[in-house]
Amino acid sequence: MITRVLLAAIIAGMLAGAVAGAVQIWRVSPLILAAEIYETQQDTGLAHTHGAHDGAAGQAKHDHSGSRAEWAPDDGLERSAYTLVSNLLMGVAFALILGAAVMLSGRTITVQNGALWGLAGYLVFTLAPTAGLAPELPGMSAADLTARQTWWWGTAIATAGGIALMVLQERVPLKALGVGLITLPHLIGASRLQTHDSLVPAALAAEFVANSLAMMALFWIVLGVALGWTMNRARKDIGS
Amino acid sequence: MLTNETTLSNASLSTQERIATGAIALLLGVFMLYGVAFVHSDILHNAAHDTRHAITVPCH
Repeated sequence: MITRVLLAAIIAGMLAGAVAGAVQIWRVSPLILAAEIYETQQDTGLAHTHGAHDGAAGQAKHDHSGSRAEWAPDDGLERSAYTLVSNLLMGVAFALILGAAVMLSGRTITVQNGALWGLAGYLVFTLAPTAGLAPELPGMSAADLTARQTWWWGTAIATAGGIALMVLQERVPLKALGVGLITLPHLIGASRLQTHDSLVPAALAAEFVANSLAMMALFWIVLGVALGWTMNRARKDIGS
Repeated sequence: MLTNETTLSNASLSTQERIATGAIALLLGVFMLYGVAFVHSDILHNAAHDTRHAITVPCH
């Protein structure tokens, strides 16, 4: 039973992760690479006058630390390969979480209602957190990382709990509590800086936000439908 | 035999088994998500860097 469900999630997650990876390499990663040119300029200082360095900056290995030289994948095929693997793992991770939500709620997921489950995942893990913490490109200044990550998790948990209360509970006060839970993180507010010091052009940032949100919407819909399909197969195997 | 609104999944599984399966999947999923998208290790950060940005989680 457990293995059947886990396997269903792994297959659906890899499928959706592969789709997300392909879309990312096509539409999103080029924007990240473009932003890194500005990030590198920022890191090396605005007073930097070494003209020949500009070309190198464009192809620079990704390294946020400036002086430290940790390993990072080489630009090109190697970097894309790591992106693809990361997307597959991300896909499996979200598929396991969505599968867990299906199991814990006692509801069923099918090919027909899979897109709705996916939409719930999109609200919990993408739209609600980005409403407070807009998608970031390299080179964009931001507040303390741990504080933002904590707010991200808190928002995802509160939104998931809120949706569960609204959908699974019959009583109106509990549904209202769900609305309150979804609102709460936004009343608290994410940690953010007062100023936005960044060399990254606003148009590039806007293009990135639109493409990353669209990519994640596609990912969650594919994941929901795929998980509906694989879980249904698992169910038939167990049920018969 | 299935009764009223009970779905096939719930009919064929005990509640306990269903909750246990959900809990294990949730733990595994959160652990994996944390590893791909949130761990501060430089190597993992650099390997998953572009994905972290694209899936809109805080990265830097």
